[in-house]
Amino acid sequence: MSALHIKKGSTKHSAYNLRPTFSDVQETHTLAVLVDNEAGVLARVIGLFSGRGYNIDSLTVAEVDHEGHRSRITVVTTGTPQVIEQIKAQLGRIVPVHEVHDLTVEGRSVERELALIKIEGQGEKRVEALRLADIFRAHVVDSTLESFVFQITGTPDKVDAFADLMRPLGLVEVARTGVAALSRGI
Amino acid sequence: MTSQMTGAKMVVQALRDQGVDTVFGYPGGAVLPIYDEVFQQNEIRHILVRHEQGAVHAAEGYARSTGKPGVVLVTSGPGATNAVTGLTDALMDSIPIVVLTGQVPTFMIGSDAFQEADTVGITRPCTKHNWLVKDTNKLSGTIHEAFHVATSGRPGPVLVDIPKDVQFANGSYTPKAKAATTRYQPQVKGDPDTILELVEAIETAQRPVFYTGGGVINSGPAASQLLRELVDATGIPITSTLMGLGAYPASSDKWLGMLGMHGLYEANLAMHGCDLMINVGARFDDRITGRLDAFSPTSRKAHIDIDPSSINKVVRVDMPIIGDIGHVLEDVLRMWKARGRKVNREALHHWWSQIEDWRAVNCLAYKPSAGTIRPQHALARLEALTKDHDRYITTEVGQHQMWAAQYLGFEDPGRWMTSGGLGTMGYGVPASVGVQIAHPDALVINVAGEASWLMNMQEMSTAVQYRAPVKQFILNNERLGMVRQWQELLHGERYSHSWSEALPDFVKLAEAFGCKGILCKDPADLDDAIMEMLDYDGPVIFDCLVEKHENCFPMIPSGEPHNKMLLGEVSTKDAIGASGAVMV
Ligand SMILES: Cc1ncc(C[n+]2csc(CCOP(=O)(O)OP(=O)(O)O)c2C)c(N)n1
Ligand SMILES: [Mg+2]
Repeated sequence: MSALHIKKGSTKHSAYNLRPTFSDVQETHTLAVLVDNEAGVLARVIGLFSGRGYNIDSLTVAEVDHEGHRSRITVVTTGTPQVIEQIKAQLGRIVPVHEVHDLTVEGRSVERELALIKIEGQGEKRVEALRLADIFRAHVVDSTLESFVFQITGTPDKVDAFADLMRPLGLVEVARTGVAALSRGI
Repeated sequence: MTSQMTGAKMVVQALRDQGVDTVFGYPGGAVLPIYDEVFQQNEIRHILVRHEQGAVHAAEGYARSTGKPGVVLVTSGPGATNAVTGLTDALMDSIPIVVLTGQVPTFMIGSDAFQEADTVGITRPCTKHNWLVKDTNKLSGTIHEAFHVATSGRPGPVLVDIPKDVQFANGSYTPKAKAATTRYQPQVKGDPDTILELVEAIETAQRPVFYTGGGVINSGPAASQLLRELVDATGIPITSTLMGLGAYPASSDKWLGMLGMHGLYEANLAMHGCDLMINVGARFDDRITGRLDAFSPTSRKAHIDIDPSSINKVVRVDMPIIGDIGHVLEDVLRMWKARGRKVNREALHHWWSQIEDWRAVNCLAYKPSAGTIRPQHALARLEALTKDHDRYITTEVGQHQMWAAQYLGFEDPGRWMTSGGLGTMGYGVPASVGVQIAHPDALVINVAGEASWLMNMQEMSTAVQYRAPVKQFILNNERLGMVRQWQELLHGERYSHSWSEALPDFVKLAEAFGCKGILCKDPADLDDAIMEMLDYDGPVIFDCLVEKHENCFPMIPSGEPHNKMLLGEVSTKDAIGASGAVMV
């Protein structure tokens, strides 16, 4: 459990309350939502965002506790501080939601994303792509004489940067997992 | 101990375990096994409505007038989709409703089977929670959890979708006490530090006001009792939203009347000019706040609400208290008493004299006319002739609804049932039936507009069948009055489709339904006609022909702040002068 244990749906106990809630600044936050892995739970979360007009920048979900049937949804969202507070409170209201953590304000956290990136090409471009992949610590997970599939993990920024570099070198397809995130330390 | 039975039997058993005495419903193919069980027992009364929307509104009327959850049983497909408006209405107004829907058998789900609809998908955004039960062993536990979710925390509608094969299959029954309800346990005790902050604010405030809402009523009778004690002991003025009427008695001198778009002058100006606003179970709805950046600019605000998402949603508050109103008010009262029952007497006295000036404007004054019945007059007379009865009022939506809120007085919670958040025309007729079913000997009146009334009038047939002597008091202006008013004030008097043409003869309609019809158009006959309605032992449709172009005032035009109220005929010149100091 995180040091700043936030009660389900609570705004009062959030460190976030120390900052002005009603401002126009757009902020990007990463939320970790622990839910019962039951039918429709993802639809509830997504429906909340679409129904109330909130943004989803990235969303990942998978069962993390097979015995307890708990899933962890990591959602990256952008909004004013007031909207972010609302999103957390609204998420907290969903019956199968057990915990909502705002990793952006609850101390430091790590964020990682995995991407598969396919490059087509021959000759010099192919060599350059391999060289850059090495710098980014991307692995080759598939190759033919005319193509590579690279696997890269890192922050979304790093994945973006790598994909941008690959574009002129023959990038044809990208698959990204979206962000997974955890708080640092204990 | 668990015992084996069919899913259909379990449904009835679970309802019995939950203490349900009444179900509003409508049968169909996908719920036949459950109806078969309903047939074979006598403990639970089934009320056959005439439309599934009516079933939900009737259940809402039942729930709001009893404090118990309302229960609905309908079939799959069209039965479920017809319930959607009622579910949304109950969600917006936080009314505990449990809807059970039949579904096509599990092996046919997804095949576009006859009367298949994605009921949990369709109703996900209009329920507090919903479930599709695919295993008979989980059915009774789910129904018990559904009741728990509907009634705890901020109440709301829930839905359990039950495929037909699950109804037929055998499974083991989970009794109520064994059902898993732990995952949903909203916080009920408020934060003591913030409660103390509020108590200190009460002790020193110069211009405090209580702004109360439906949450007080939802919290239960104890909350209303505590609110009364707190208001009376502190002497702080109190206003309420449409949803909260009755939590505090209208006959008290502390009562300022309803606030908001069609609220009273003194209530809105008190909100605008206060230095301490204590929001108890209300949600800063846009009908209340008017223009947000000019909403109560000089006040510190406390907000007591069981739903954390209500806090700071639209208005930033200084003292957020998440908890059940009853629990929090108890703490506030105890702390305030323990600290010596202090208030800022001198300032309060001053504040009250300011409020008296506003009251003196008499914003609800109207001149009765000799020729035609003015709607305000009709309601004033209805109030005079019924206020001493054991009375419940429902309404439809429109001008008549606002006039009813203004001119009728409510002394107790649970006596006023109106569609607030969703503003659902067609709510009143079925709601009145639901209320009357719960209170067979009470006087139940639906204050209606002719247009709204037509939207669910089929439920008169339900009223007749079950001998529910509901009184339908229709203020017939032959107009979609509220729409017409907005067109007059905001759309250059272009009355686009806002009149009721080809209206039925309501007296003949009443006779066709097997009720009594009364037509009244002369103010001189009004009292006698109302008495005739009250004396009749059975449902009545009262067609009260009223002034066609009456506007509902006071009115805060949307997008304006509280101090930009339109008052219609009443002059405000002096009062605004007197109040200037507080308002700027
Ligand atoms: C189902 C539904 N449709 C449309 C509206 C919009 N609407 C609000 S008030 C109103 C007119 C109501 O007319 P009536 O019932 O005669 O009441 P009056 O305002 O004349 O008293 C309308 C159309 C609504 N609230 N609900
Ligand atoms: Mg009308």
